[in-house]
Amino acid sequence: MIEMKNVSKWYGDFHVLNNCSTVVEKGEVVVVCGPSGSGKSTLIKCVNGLEPFQEGTVTFDGISVGESKTNLTKLRSRIGMVFQNFELFPHISVIKNIRLAQEKVLGRSEEEAKKRGMELLERVGLAEQALKYPGQLSGGQQQRVAIARGLAMDPDAMLFDEPTSALDPEMINEVLDVMVELAQEGMTMMVVTHEMGFAKKVANRVIFMDEGRIEEDCSKDAFFGDTRGERAQLFLSKILNH
Amino acid sequence: MNYNWNWGILITEPYMGWIFSGLGWTLLVAISAWVIAFTLGSVIGIMRTLDQPILRAIGATYVEIFRNIPLLVQMFLWYFIFPELLPEEAGLWVKRGIPMPEFWTAVICLGTYTASRVAEQVRAGINAISQGQRQAARAIGLSPAQVYRYVLLPISYRTIIPPMTSEFLGIFKNSSLALTIGVLELTAQTRQIEEYTFQGFEAFTAATILYIIVTFIVMFFMARVEKKVSIPGVTSIGAK
Ligand SMILES: Nc1ncnc2c1ncn2[C@@H]1O[C@H](COP(=O)(O)OP(=O)(O)OP(=O)(O)O)[C@@H](O)[C@H]1O
Ligand SMILES: [Mg+2]
Repeated sequence: MIEMKNVSKWYGDFHVLNNCSTVVEKGEVVVVCGPSGSGKSTLIKCVNGLEPFQEGTVTFDGISVGESKTNLTKLRSRIGMVFQNFELFPHISVIKNIRLAQEKVLGRSEEEAKKRGMELLERVGLAEQALKYPGQLSGGQQQRVAIARGLAMDPDAMLFDEPTSALDPEMINEVLDVMVELAQEGMTMMVVTHEMGFAKKVANRVIFMDEGRIEEDCSKDAFFGDTRGERAQLFLSKILNH
Repeated sequence: MNYNWNWGILITEPYMGWIFSGLGWTLLVAISAWVIAFTLGSVIGIMRTLDQPILRAIGATYVEIFRNIPLLVQMFLWYFIFPELLPEEAGLWVKRGIPMPEFWTAVICLGTYTASRVAEQVRAGINAISQGQRQAARAIGLSPAQVYRYVLLPISYRTIIPPMTSEFLGIFKNSSLALTIGVLELTAQTRQIEEYTFQGFEAFTAATILYIIVTFIVMFFMARVEKKVSIPGVTSIGAK
């Protein structure tokens, strides 16, 4: 479904992504981890073309992301994305956040969009909050709305960029629960996270990045077993011990 | 000082009529110029935030030119020089053909000048929105125009209501410069009353009070607007 081949990206002299290649099959859940600044966000933003790259190819469902003739807007509507800081649109209500792209991008009618939106809010446990504004919700609630907003487009894959790292500890699980459920239903997911519990529970594979390189790309069992490399070992011991 | 106060002059015709006609022209000039300033300023301000370098450069050049030439000089340029630069017939038409050439010159001058200031407010408002917010809007599949239409503009116009109010009041005050090219707006009428009656103090007091009253009405109204469009749960956007 997602295929990255020898992707490289520079900011001036700085090599943010160094020859990155990986494949995410349909229905697979891939967790991306690694130290701060290693290029995780940049990597997953290459998938939906939010970050341009200079070398290599990224294809989504056979469509080349980097090519100028690709209709990126259309492609993006097929890939949901959830951000660290939620990024709901603050000036419209929760339900309108979920309706907006359904109506303006997919061309659904208001009733259709509202119906789909309410189903998803129900599913993430926030149906009563539909008419509130994002600023009136807790972080965990906002992030669940953001997931619902992505799902409302009936995407073929979902990207998550540290979806729980801006949350207070007591709210992390309410968001992870939604993500676990999604993974178990077979959604194709690429998830940047340091929540190793989530990785152990639902990931098929784990990618470990360091200094712009994909240092490890292996099955969950291999990663949490003892076949991983030294740096991944070090990284894992750091995040598991704090 | 031997001054004969005569407040009665203010309610004597034709002087009372002059004052109100002056006020009417002032408002007409200010509001018409604001229409230009708001639309043109928004376009220029948006251009300065786009990805295309050419559009950004055009926007920046516009702002630098119009913001940095003194307004009075611009008024004279539009009135005396601009018609001469046109082909002869067009120039003649601008000078005599159109009805009320002074009025239109003042409106265009104030409008294009204030547009450069409005553009800076619009640009600042858009740029204050976080990168994450734009990325979220693009990520969900909105086209570049839709990102502006549904996300960036509704948020930024809300945040710039206070400075935009100042810009409108600026146009209103600057409209007094229109008297230099012969528009009989409030200040011009006041001077005329002084020349006819020597009751300058009364006339200028009346004008001052009228300027203040209009300012208060505008500020009151805009505070209401700001409250009405404020976003529940958000105290200041762009603070992120
Ligand atoms: N616009 C930019 N210009 C220059 N350098 C940048 C820019 N954006 C990101 N970087 C750098 O690129 C590197 C990778 O950034 P990225 O956000 O992908 O890291 P990350 O792995 O997601 O880190 P974190 O865990 O902190 O989110 C960082 O060192 C960052 O400083
Ligand atoms: Mg990141």
